[in-house]
Amino acid sequence: MSTVAPAVQPASPAADHRPEFEVVTSWKAPIALGIFTVVAFLLFVAFGREGISTLRLSTSSDLIQLPDLELPTLVTGIVISVLLLLITGVSVWMVRSKRRVPIWLISVFAVLFLIGFLVWAAAGETIPVPGLLFGSLSLAVPLIFGALGGVISERVGVVNIAIEGQLLAGAFTSAMVASLTNQPLLGLVAAMFAGVLVSMVLASFSIKYFVDQVIVGVVLNVLVIGVTGFLYSQVMAPNAELLNQPPRFERINIPLLSEIPIIGPVLFRQTLIVYIMYVAVAVVYYGLFHTRWGLRLRSVGEHPQAADTVGINVARTRFWNVSLAGAIVGLGGAYFTLGSVGAFGKEMTAGAGFIALAAVIFGRWDPIRATLAALLFGFASNLQNVLSVIGSPVPSEFMLMLPYVITIAAVAGFVGTSRGPAASGKPYIKS
Amino acid sequence: MSATQGPPTATGTPATPVPEQPSRWNQAFREITTGNAIISVLAVVLALFVGGIMIAFTNDGVQEAAGYFFSRPGDLLREVWYSVSGAYSALFQGSVYNFRRDSFAAGIKPLTETLTFATPLIMAGLGVALGFRVGMFNIGGRGQMLIAAALGGWVGFAVDLPYGLHMVAALVAGVLGGALWGGIVGLLKARTGAHEVITTIMLNYVAFYLVSYLLREGFLKTPGSNNPKSPATKVTAVFPDLLGPTYTLHFGFILAIAATIFTWWLLSRSNLGFQFRAVGLNPHAARVAGISVKRIYVYAMLFSGGLIGLAGINQVLGTTTSGFGAGLDSGIGFDAITVALLGRSKPWGVFAAGILFGAFKAGGFSMQAAEGVPIDIVLVVQSLIVLFIAAPPLVRAIFRLPAPGSAPRRALPNVTQEVAAK
Repeated sequence: MSTVAPAVQPASPAADHRPEFEVVTSWKAPIALGIFTVVAFLLFVAFGREGISTLRLSTSSDLIQLPDLELPTLVTGIVISVLLLLITGVSVWMVRSKRRVPIWLISVFAVLFLIGFLVWAAAGETIPVPGLLFGSLSLAVPLIFGALGGVISERVGVVNIAIEGQLLAGAFTSAMVASLTNQPLLGLVAAMFAGVLVSMVLASFSIKYFVDQVIVGVVLNVLVIGVTGFLYSQVMAPNAELLNQPPRFERINIPLLSEIPIIGPVLFRQTLIVYIMYVAVAVVYYGLFHTRWGLRLRSVGEHPQAADTVGINVARTRFWNVSLAGAIVGLGGAYFTLGSVGAFGKEMTAGAGFIALAAVIFGRWDPIRATLAALLFGFASNLQNVLSVIGSPVPSEFMLMLPYVITIAAVAGFVGTSRGPAASGKPYIKS
Repeated sequence: MSATQGPPTATGTPATPVPEQPSRWNQAFREITTGNAIISVLAVVLALFVGGIMIAFTNDGVQEAAGYFFSRPGDLLREVWYSVSGAYSALFQGSVYNFRRDSFAAGIKPLTETLTFATPLIMAGLGVALGFRVGMFNIGGRGQMLIAAALGGWVGFAVDLPYGLHMVAALVAGVLGGALWGGIVGLLKARTGAHEVITTIMLNYVAFYLVSYLLREGFLKTPGSNNPKSPATKVTAVFPDLLGPTYTLHFGFILAIAATIFTWWLLSRSNLGFQFRAVGLNPHAARVAGISVKRIYVYAMLFSGGLIGLAGINQVLGTTTSGFGAGLDSGIGFDAITVALLGRSKPWGVFAAGILFGAFKAGGFSMQAAEGVPIDIVLVVQSLIVLFIAAPPLVRAIFRLPAPGSAPRRALPNVTQEVAAK
């Protein structure tokens, strides 16, 4: 469509007229940290809650039993708020002395804030920490697969809004094939094919016909919702016992590793799909930044003309890597039916694809950071689940809102700068 | 077009075949087949065809007949025809005219339903189209509609005002709500460069949870009810019916026409609209020409959000006046994108596309009721239409239409290079 200009470049910040040697410092980080510190003091100290917060660190099946952590709510809140204030002070000092606030300092701040919030929310109650983390990981698995697919796709220069559709297609086909064959592994393969299929439509429309990639992505989502919804009502639901009872993957305990306190049960008592995810994150990271494939992929996404000049076939590279991205996202879709929920339901992905997209941008198009962002989103959603059980002091809607607000803040540049691959979203028309 | 240039003047290569002047009929045919309108029509045909395949494949009768295809192949064809024609005629009768009713007044009711369904689609589609013209992609229809409904709906049920004035006040509040939610996106884009696709998607969720909370515990809660639903809109604020109480068509449709005229005027006649289009075509050139691109981004999102907000308030004051829940937008925010794409971001194109999609919606429900074909097929057909329209070369390739600007088929036998080289 000619009416949509592809990804309008925002006007460059008004830094043009400054002398070149001046170091440009940003006050965004200290301001953001300051706001959160004020919130912390308000919540944890001013509206501090009396009582003891108990954090349970072990489950009954663990080999090594850790005692429950009992913290006095108000005192812990004060200590954490003071620590947060210190970190904010350090960040102000660093910006004043023309230095960047390092990302690890912000991470420490975030973790402290989260612990403070947990303790505050759990006043007089018990929070099962392994359960909280386990649930977070399960919610994050499809997001991570989606984000990995998104990273690959955007790094090669094709905006992938169709993650949602790929997830849904993967969930549908995996449920159907696994139910028919009674083989979850075949379902997994089918999900990858479904993801690839959606990707190929995206790729061929955007690469061959130069249709705006965002438009194809949005329309593909609607198409997949329509097709799966139609087939579900028409074929799957009437024959549910034959077509919609997929066998689920068994949990596999990894010896030794699964007995590490706290993280062992969370990370190493999982299903095959989750182990595939660990491998996928590592492989995508290594592949993107340490192999010839990754270098070519990134060059096509950053500067397709230069890549073309040195003999890389831009269209082919884009096509096959977008297809690969679809396969990875399809795996995430299979997790819905073969890993967590069981049976397929209409629109069961419920916007996970869009959150994965947010994770891609929040993670600055880096597979590791995007994974961490996806984990954060999973944590925020699951925290809401856990808090609603023990009686949350914050309305659950605001907890659910949190990941989206964080993403807006991230995209608006409060957490470092975010700049995507230069040629992402732009069709490469060879002249 | 090379066809109108006449015989080439260069005489250097005598092997060049001289194209014959095509007849006037031929020219007219080429103009029709290479135009945009034919692509739109063929895209609809193609999409309906694919939808028909899906309906036929999943039909029980067809599957049964396929079992004994080799003994009686006619049965299969008959079943396919029955299933597809049954579904599409139900779609037509549910959206345009129901032949089974006795009187014209009862028979035409589906068409008024279509217009009722089309009203919010046109309004929201205009908002999305306006964004497109400025080069912005507003996926935030859902959020903007929800916030509009929350503010306007609150004025509608909580404030006491005389008849007429109340409606206007609720309308204004709703439009302002939508504009506010859209304006945040524009402001973020202008100030920080945050991509509007991401911020609108995120704000959809924020609005959804915010309104859910307000419905559960905030100022939208119905007193004495645990249902997350707002109180009913007061009679003084409800849109009047256009054709009497037997039809659902209400004043909102007039507003949709007015909004279309306004958007047309804004885009093609006003100074601001000129700046909108300039930024949409080339923001760098617009900046050089002295247009403040950032300011235009904010204005564009304000107008875009306002128009989508109109769709939101239309639902509360016109379509479902008995109170609204957090699912108020029911996909209109996303449908609006396809409407705007189908209408090629032109106000009257959006108007027509909105009516087409309204017809799909109205007919889809009756198709589901009468023929048992799930309404999801409508989503499939709609998205396929947009996909095909977005890729004219694909449609041309399927129907073997000539590309615009291509040379007409030569009358002389074409000598290929290989033959010429001998």
